Amino acid sequence: MAKSEKQAYDEFIKGVWRENPVFVQVLGMCPMLAVTNSAINGVAMGMATFFVLMGSSFLVSLLKNLIPKQVRISCFIIIIATFVTVVDYVLLATLPGIHKELGAFIPLIVANCLILGRQEAFASRNTIRMALADALGMAAGFLFALVALGGIREILGEGKLFGISLFGDNFEPWVIMILPPGGFITLGLMLLFFNWLEEKKKKLDAQVAATEGSDL
Amino acid sequence: MSEEKQAAAEAGEPSSNRLVGTLAVAGLLSGIIIITVYLATFDTIKENKARELREAVFRVLPGVDKMQRFLHKEGALVVSHVEEKGEKPIYGGYDKAGKFVGYAIPNAGPGFQDTVSVLYGYKPAERVVVGMWILDSRETPGLGDKIYKDAEFVANFDHLSVDPKIVAVKKGRKAKPNEVDAITGATISSKAVVRIINEGNERWLPKLSKPGLEPALEKVEATPEKAEAEK
Amino acid sequence: MTQKDPKLLIQPGPQLRQQMTTPAVMRDVWYALAPTTLAGIWFFGIGALLLLITCIATAVLTEWYFSPEDERRYFLGDGSAILTGLLLGLTLPPALPLWMAVVGSAVAIGVGKTIWGGVGSNLFNPALVGRAFLLATFPIAMTTWTAPGDFFTMPSSIFALPLMTGVVDTVTQASPLGLMKFEYTDTGFVELLFGNTSGSLGETSGLLLILGGLYLWWRRDLDWRIPVGILATAMAFSLALYMMDSGRYPGPIFTALSGGMLLGAIFMATDPVTSPLTPKGIWIFAVGIGFLVVLIRVFGGFPEGMMYAILLMNAATPLIDRYTQPRVFGRGLDTK
Repeated sequence: MAKSEKQAYDEFIKGVWRENPVFVQVLGMCPMLAVTNSAINGVAMGMATFFVLMGSSFLVSLLKNLIPKQVRISCFIIIIATFVTVVDYVLLATLPGIHKELGAFIPLIVANCLILGRQEAFASRNTIRMALADALGMAAGFLFALVALGGIREILGEGKLFGISLFGDNFEPWVIMILPPGGFITLGLMLLFFNWLEEKKKKLDAQVAATEGSDL
Repeated sequence: MSEEKQAAAEAGEPSSNRLVGTLAVAGLLSGIIIITVYLATFDTIKENKARELREAVFRVLPGVDKMQRFLHKEGALVVSHVEEKGEKPIYGGYDKAGKFVGYAIPNAGPGFQDTVSVLYGYKPAERVVVGMWILDSRETPGLGDKIYKDAEFVANFDHLSVDPKIVAVKKGRKAKPNEVDAITGATISSKAVVRIINEGNERWLPKLSKPGLEPALEKVEATPEKAEAEK
Repeated sequence: MTQKDPKLLIQPGPQLRQQMTTPAVMRDVWYALAPTTLAGIWFFGIGALLLLITCIATAVLTEWYFSPEDERRYFLGDGSAILTGLLLGLTLPPALPLWMAVVGSAVAIGVGKTIWGGVGSNLFNPALVGRAFLLATFPIAMTTWTAPGDFFTMPSSIFALPLMTGVVDTVTQASPLGLMKFEYTDTGFVELLFGNTSGSLGETSGLLLILGGLYLWWRRDLDWRIPVGILATAMAFSLALYMMDSGRYPGPIFTALSGGMLLGAIFMATDPVTSPLTPKGIWIFAVGIGFLVVLIRVFGGFPEGMMYAILLMNAATPLIDRYTQPRVFGRGLDTK
């Protein structure tokens, strides 16, 4: 039991950090770039994806023995599309303002390669427990990336974070940050930063290994 | 992969009946779920949309308490309760006593980035625009979006003569009652709003009822929601 | 196609024997830009000087920061960062807050140059990358033109705190291009030539820019085909438009002397790193820029199109090089 808990935890952390869907796998770029001009949009998109990913991973893992291999992709897509439609209607009914901001990108969650990728690569081959841990991790990683990008763009683009003004009235907005190019530039710089971090960690690990080796 | 599946794979392809069956069942279940959610959220969504529209109408027509939809049919304005496909309605606003105040006319046209949808209030008695509200736009944040974020620009439309037609002038040069101060740095978006209103006027003003002869407020179905609810 | 220095492979002998090093070319360009720079400072006052110093200092520091440690000492010496900073400064409006100039200069060097691998590897002109970023980021501050004024008065907007809006307290005045675009008002030929108009720091005086260009041509640091090609195309195109409707479209002389046309044609488009290598390619490049400038100015949303024209043709440069590569002697048409 303890072992499986550890494993589940590993799957979770993998998604959040080590194999972060955005910064490491570079998946799901379309919603990533399109809706992250404010932190709150990032949260909404992240939560929508979160719900769809958890739901589909659960169902796919549950039904994995019933779905013939030849039609698995179609079945995955039907499952994902169902959840997406549900999210679409629920958001439209409960949070029309957010739904308007996210617009066409909610139905497009169906085409988010992150979700289909997790079904094909993980949920359809693992137990429900592991599939949920994996989905939770990936969705959290995606949410983290969306909020980070949305936060940076909102701070520079409007001088606010989650709608709270940070710099007062005289703030000069960086218009480009709210526009699509700002998404590309910020994402590029963030990828640069994460790669730099990774490289630094590798160097550090190598150093540690070297000193440990000499000690022995 | 399960043993059962492996065995099936070894035995050969699963029959096409099974494949079709699986997809059919999946589609059926999915359909049932979607219809359930659709029905469960339908009323709320409808209500949200109606409320949004009502708020917009009340905003562009100060002093309005009730509204009803008009369609232009066979040369006259008629009150309409049921939405029809492809129709282009305008809205009539009435005050508390049920007296006609003015029309709220929606129109859309190209802005700087994408289509801009405008709703504006028009008082036929004085031939003035009395309010403007942007229903939808994707104008540049920080520049073009001032067409609805800049209160000064919006205030231009509070009492704006439509004769001979509305003209956008450089900021600070508004002199005549039919002129609008454009936004510095967003001339194209400002002019787009003006053009959209002018086009709306061209299309609708000749079709409006004569002042004083507007369709009366029908008491039973004062607001669109009630109409929906009764339906 | 990945040749380290294609110039050597493409140009047939005899080779130039002249000693042409990067620092020497950079020095020539500084000399050529000196009159324009001084004139800009003269017209727009001490504030302009501060703006230029800020741009140059930021450019040099950014370059130093992003360079590998063992290369840092060379980079300060070759002068390309100083030139980028200066060119960027010359394209900015004189009342721009200094902190924005810092942002633009850091982007010019960081995103425009070092990210591609340093001097010689960049696809786009770094100074223009910085300016494009600034224009997209701070569209209002980047299009607030002040009239040339008293030498010692500084617009208080340049001292705006970082991230804050600068309040322009000096006289603002639409640039000649803005007047043309939005009010169809022509600006006199003499004013454009001597530079007593509003506009970017270094673009107002046509005469001094031409002098600088002639100096560079005399020093053989500049391919005359680029400025000539750009100006000839732009003037021909605008002459055609002018003849159709002289009230709406600017004449060829105005087109050539206004805005960033001369600064761009002489000092930016001619950057050897971001322009094609063969004479034929250079002609295509220059004609493309000249055509695009007029197209953007006349039919686009912005009054000025020089920056976008050059950046677009920069992007096309590798393609132009590929299609205009001369046939290797003794081989057929397939140049593999």
